[in-house]
Amino acid sequence: MEDCLAKKMEITVSEAEKRTGRNAMNIQETYTAYLIETRAVESQSEGQCAPVDSLWRRYSEFELLRNYLLATYPHIVVPPLPEKRADFVWHKLSADNMDPDFVERRRIGLENFLLRVASHPVLCQDKIFYSFLTQEGGWKEMVNETGFQLKADSRLKALNATFRVKNPDKRFTELKHYSDELQSVISHLLRVRARVADRLYGVYKVHGNYGRVFSEWSAIEKEMGDGLQSAGHHMDVYAASIDDILEEEEHYADQLKEYLFYAEALRAVCRKHELMQYDLEMAAQDLTSKKQQCEELATGTVRTFSLKGMTSKLFGQENPEQREAKIKVLEEQIQEGEEQLKSKNLEGRDFVRSAWADIERFKEQKNHDLKEALISYAVMQISMCKKGIQVWTNAKECFSKM
Amino acid sequence: TTRAEFDLPEYSVRRRYQDFDWLRNKLEESQPTHLIPPLPEKFVVKGVVDRFSEEFVETRRKALDKFLKRITDHPVLSFNEHFNVFLTAKDLNTYKKQGMALLSKVGESVKYVTGGYKLRSRPLEFAAIGEYLDTFSLKLGTIDRIAQRIIKEQLEYLVELREYGPVYSTWGGLEVELSEPLEGVSACIGNCCSALEELNEDMTEDFLPVLREYILYSESMKNVLKKRDQVQAEYEAKLEAAALKKEDRQKVPTDVEKCQDQVECFNADLKADMERWQNNKRQDFRQLLMGMADKNIQYYEK
Repeated sequence: MEDCLAKKMEITVSEAEKRTGRNAMNIQETYTAYLIETRAVESQSEGQCAPVDSLWRRYSEFELLRNYLLATYPHIVVPPLPEKRADFVWHKLSADNMDPDFVERRRIGLENFLLRVASHPVLCQDKIFYSFLTQEGGWKEMVNETGFQLKADSRLKALNATFRVKNPDKRFTELKHYSDELQSVISHLLRVRARVADRLYGVYKVHGNYGRVFSEWSAIEKEMGDGLQSAGHHMDVYAASIDDILEEEEHYADQLKEYLFYAEALRAVCRKHELMQYDLEMAAQDLTSKKQQCEELATGTVRTFSLKGMTSKLFGQENPEQREAKIKVLEEQIQEGEEQLKSKNLEGRDFVRSAWADIERFKEQKNHDLKEALISYAVMQISMCKKGIQVWTNAKECFSKM
Repeated sequence: TTRAEFDLPEYSVRRRYQDFDWLRNKLEESQPTHLIPPLPEKFVVKGVVDRFSEEFVETRRKALDKFLKRITDHPVLSFNEHFNVFLTAKDLNTYKKQGMALLSKVGESVKYVTGGYKLRSRPLEFAAIGEYLDTFSLKLGTIDRIAQRIIKEQLEYLVELREYGPVYSTWGGLEVELSEPLEGVSACIGNCCSALEELNEDMTEDFLPVLREYILYSESMKNVLKKRDQVQAEYEAKLEAAALKKEDRQKVPTDVEKCQDQVECFNADLKADMERWQNNKRQDFRQLLMGMADKNIQYYEK
């Protein structure tokens, strides 16, 4: 792997803290700040740890960083941030942004984001990213000075291009289709999973009632008393175990969510391609029409119906000097246009090439990550079942001793 | 059977639920001091259940089988002549008609119960048993409700699970490299669904009926206790009247013994039933586990 930041530097988001402060509109608000710690990895020094640098950032600053990266590297699939608000929540999970569990999961997500950017061969070299990690003050101003907002394409322009583009690269069309489907299937999955978790929670918890009843029942029995009492205890353990199980599953859900958001990033790259392609097509069209105009003026023939032709017929033709002037202007424009077209073509091809390279890289990453996620999910399920077997085996033993 | 009263070693006869009901009534009449095992309910309380549906018939058959076995095990009841006839007679109806003449006897025992005698003091033993039965049937009732709730929750869980599996399949169709693992997940979830279905069925068929049976048992035991109380009251009253009936004295102690025996059988049965239930649950989990293991194997193979 190429030399990337992740290898040179240890990055962690180690803590989260609740803060209150005044925001841009001078209103009191509560937000969470995250501590980013970085430490240079010295390959030579053994037993000597380089000092740890740290600074605090809040979620909105992460967002700013990401928007900057999106605008500056439109051909890269930029890693997504963890969700802004808790989504796909099942009833026991809180949707509150201040909830400690949510904050914890977000901390992990933010760390993951930074690591992904740092291990990306292109993105890790960005100076703004580096200063995000290391420079506490004045970072915001620095970012805004890059003027990246200007580079960002307007949503409307992009939408327009999507509808009007005639000849986009087939691969990108397929990719866009794929990312749409991926997004829809993962959201569906997450929704159903949340419902499944809810139901499973209910099943486990009701078993806790068994614990209580067995306990009460054991009070009135003689020989069966002990057995019932211990069985009741096992039921309680069983009912309590679901909390940990479902917490672990949340981690799996988070991994899926990351790729849900990644789908959006993929789409952004496709949109950029469509925009560039559309731009190219428009430029080519413009050039063709100018050439045509020039030809018409030069030869005096009006091949297509044009207002100019009409007016000249109605108001008399222009004199030769005017025509010459017009032709000259047009010729200049045509030359400019041809050069622009050439460079646009080049740009377009470059974009396609580098974007596709990153997309391939992304695909491999995705396959690898998702495989791991699925494996760990399977492992989780197995351990859940094992625990279940154990509880019920214990209960059975208690019953057999009755 | 190897007993002397029976002419042949083996019999096979057809009986209806009505006949069982008749048998039970007869047993109650002729041995009012003993604890007669309960019959499955005559009418089904919840909802409209098809009396001829396979499930219902099967559940009832099992319960009736148990009923007969219990009587057979009982050292006294099994010698009852009505029982004998029940098991052997080809045509039970003619026998029943004969029994109609005994209506007068029924009248007598009814008089017995509604004697309206006041009880002076109930021996501690029986008071304790009475209290025990009250609490016991209460707890069983609660357990029944909990079990039903669990079944309901599991059904709802099953519904969601059935939607969950196919989503993985759909995703698998979208991917290239990941399609196999995703299909694997889908299949495993399917396995879990069927395992859960089985569990629910088992619980409904085996566990719940037993609970209900014991609740009914408690009811009839309480009735016996009441009768006993009446008898004791009558006995005491008659004692006061200085006309002692030897038979009354006999009845009370026998009753006690029988009661104790029944309680013991009762508890042993309960234990066996609980174990069976645990077995079922374990089977379920074992299947789940195997499903998950398959999944895991698939991935590690990749």
